[in-house]
Amino acid sequence: MSLSRAFSALGWRRPGMANTALLGLPALWFSGLYLAAIGALLVTSFWTVDDLSGNLIPGFSLVNFQQLFSGPVYIRIALRTIGIAAAVTITDVILAWPVAYAMIRLAGPRLRAVMMAAVMVPLWSSYLARVYAWRLILSHNGLLNWALMEIGLPRVHIGYSNWAMWIVFSYLWLPFMILPVAASVERIPPSLLEASADLGMRGFATFRRVVLPMALPGMVAGAIFTFSLTLGDYVTPMLVGGVGSDFIGNVVYSNVGVTNNIPFAAAYAVLPLGVMAVFLLIARKLGAFDAL
Amino acid sequence: MRSETLIWAAVAAIFAFLFIPILVIVLYAFSAAPIPAWPIAGFALHWFGDTWHDEAVRQALALSLEVAAVATLAAVLLGTLAAMAVARMQSATKEVVSFIAVLPIALPGILTGMALAAYFAFWGMNLSYWTIVAGHATFCVVIVYNNVVARLRRMPRSLTEASADLGADAFRTFRLVQLPMMASAIGAGALLAFALSFDEVIVTTFTAGAQNTLPLWIFGAIRLGQQLPEVNVVVFAIILFTAIPVLLAQKLIGESGKVAR
Repeated sequence: MSLSRAFSALGWRRPGMANTALLGLPALWFSGLYLAAIGALLVTSFWTVDDLSGNLIPGFSLVNFQQLFSGPVYIRIALRTIGIAAAVTITDVILAWPVAYAMIRLAGPRLRAVMMAAVMVPLWSSYLARVYAWRLILSHNGLLNWALMEIGLPRVHIGYSNWAMWIVFSYLWLPFMILPVAASVERIPPSLLEASADLGMRGFATFRRVVLPMALPGMVAGAIFTFSLTLGDYVTPMLVGGVGSDFIGNVVYSNVGVTNNIPFAAAYAVLPLGVMAVFLLIARKLGAFDAL
Repeated sequence: MRSETLIWAAVAAIFAFLFIPILVIVLYAFSAAPIPAWPIAGFALHWFGDTWHDEAVRQALALSLEVAAVATLAAVLLGTLAAMAVARMQSATKEVVSFIAVLPIALPGILTGMALAAYFAFWGMNLSYWTIVAGHATFCVVIVYNNVVARLRRMPRSLTEASADLGADAFRTFRLVQLPMMASAIGAGALLAFALSFDEVIVTTFTAGAQNTLPLWIFGAIRLGQQLPEVNVVVFAIILFTAIPVLLAQKLIGESGKVAR
């Protein structure tokens, strides 16, 4: 009996051992790098930095967290970040519905494939390119102001503002909402819609009372991405946000890159971790993970 | 059907919203002006040549391609193994493992970046080429894993059992039955992982030392407002070249084309 055969027989009789053999390497990698890094983030958030040498001082100090809660600055930044992330999520839910619904329920197979590709291409095309495009569009001499002037409207100054961030984030993450919503609409059996019509419900009532609740897991799955991606960004605020539009990420980034205060940056990064932990737990309750 | 017309009108408007910025990028790539403004006053092609001969752009491009290739390779190996293990598991363990596995893409980028920066600082490691690769591989693994796990879910277990009944050992079954059935899903996952790594900027800023990947070069140039015509050309080229693997991956996944990112 060859060695490979012996291994196979063992794996067949003891599935647990086969699972361990398969999962061993990925698990080692994942826990040794990713989970350990999250652990390091939590640990270093209690460390401090030597003012003179800039060296890390291990220990247990709450000084970083005290600094975060000492004034309104960091609280305001956190609220702005979470607020815009929530606004973007709601906007994307509203924009995703017509596309998802038309794609699955109204379009023929051909058109549907084209629409799907048209959603996929912006989803995967360069993030920086798309942010940069909006920077060009929204700038003072950009396409938007030109178009407004052409139709006789006054110019707007929404470049470099919270409005710009709201538009650009909603734009960037919209495909992430369309795909899971479409997938969950696809999973609703047509017989349910017929039954609803047989029971005398009009189109919109069927949508509100049958389609919408059944697509909830899909919407929550999309919301994980739209919310989390906005929450964890600092590039878009830097490129299209104005003065005073800092996100949590901008503070974290400048503390690592500029002032080299890793413990303070780590402490502030714990906040999105906590927010997402709550968010993911709720999402799991709502069945979003089956819709991913 | 008035409501249907209304829905289609909304769909048209939303697709315009999705594609106008991409169109803008395409147009600006051919703009002659050194500082972008609308309407575009004149068109020129010489920025393409200038960009191609820019040594900084070339080096950044080479580094990005290399990092993406290595990260994708690691992702294919680790992601496929993890997916095969999860496909065999009982539902309770399966749920826990698949929850943990999607964390690198479900958690905010700043968190992943900051956690890695803290981790490398914790060990006193200097940031290098390998720290970039390690950072990219963490989320690339998830892409491959998601694609393969979705394929395995549709693949009946009876096939591997039949193979065993016919006398093939586990490795032979893997080579002749499982791998051919997973191949296109692995390929699609690899293409998407490559595209994601090639474009990544948020995590990279935390894991790169003196190295410049192409997105870092673009980010720096936009921020400083320098070399904008070259930025126009580079982002146009990136959009063009990422569309190809994405559409290809879409074809490989087939069916309704649900790509889990």
